[in-house]
Amino acid sequence: MSRFLAPLIMVAVMIPVFVIGLNRDPSEIPSPLLMKPAPQFELPRLKDPSRTVGSADYEGRFALVNVWATWCVACRQEHDFLLKLARETDIPIYGLNWRDRRDDAIVWLQRLGDPYVASAYDEDGRVGIDWGVYGAPETFLISPDGIILYKHFRPLTEEVWQREFEPRILAARGKSK
Amino acid sequence: MAKRIRAENSRGKRKIQVKRVWIPLTLFFAFGLANAIDAGKVFDDPEMQARYENIVSEVRCLVCQNQTIKDSNAFLADDLRREIRRLMAEGKTDAEVYDFLVTRYGDFVLYRPRMSGKTMVLWIAPFFLIAVGAIIVVKVVRGRMTISIDDDTDSDQVAS
Repeated sequence: MSRFLAPLIMVAVMIPVFVIGLNRDPSEIPSPLLMKPAPQFELPRLKDPSRTVGSADYEGRFALVNVWATWCVACRQEHDFLLKLARETDIPIYGLNWRDRRDDAIVWLQRLGDPYVASAYDEDGRVGIDWGVYGAPETFLISPDGIILYKHFRPLTEEVWQREFEPRILAARGKSK
Repeated sequence: MAKRIRAENSRGKRKIQVKRVWIPLTLFFAFGLANAIDAGKVFDDPEMQARYENIVSEVRCLVCQNQTIKDSNAFLADDLRREIRRLMAEGKTDAEVYDFLVTRYGDFVLYRPRMSGKTMVLWIAPFFLIAVGAIIVVKVVRGRMTISIDDDTDSDQVAS
């Protein structure tokens, strides 16, 4: 009996390890910036390079910072949801147009609609590095006191919004009141 | 290509076909060389250059996770190499450069993660597993030894 017990225990231990391990997304890397002050930035605006946009613009309020680019297929996927968010919530969405061509990006917004209060144009990815961006799309939830409450990698969807973003916003609002 | 080679039966023809395979193969690898990243020197100072090459081969490209940023031509790898060059030109030490990356991207960005609470399991697990394996081996070997001793006592009994 005990001869079978040892392998049985080992299998019983390994199965949950594999089940958890295989269901995790290896491309999703936990950001060390979570629950820390969001990096400050100031960049030329995508549509109007003579003006800048940056972290100062959303100081003191909730904001979403969405990293996007026209070469990013998944960004197209989440675009309609971003438009919906912009219409239906009072949380401003700031774009970080990352490693893109300005003309392409402007055309994209003209064609598909512009959910962003403003998009910052991060041509060489410097600001992206400060934010620990390693792919697009990425969406950061910033609290009024400038803390990164959550970071979502991959397209934003209604489901993710309700599961991850809304409770955090509600919790942070409750605390400040 | 491979199909064609198999299709040929006579020896002479086969040789010609194999040669034809070599041309694209050579081209393929030559193309890889031509695309090598930062082929030229980045720093004039050989010491700085050596440090730079060492750092970029220790940093993971997070988009293409099993490549170092030395081997990758992804946007991100390109940006990170540029940042590393900038930091080094500013006179930052290797440790400061790694710090810069880890505070933004986490321990995973380093191929050799540092010892910390979070990464401790990575460092300890191999030794732990070897120890467990050793214990199992010792137990199994001991078990077999007892069996053979039992056999001996059996034969002793027969002898006596």
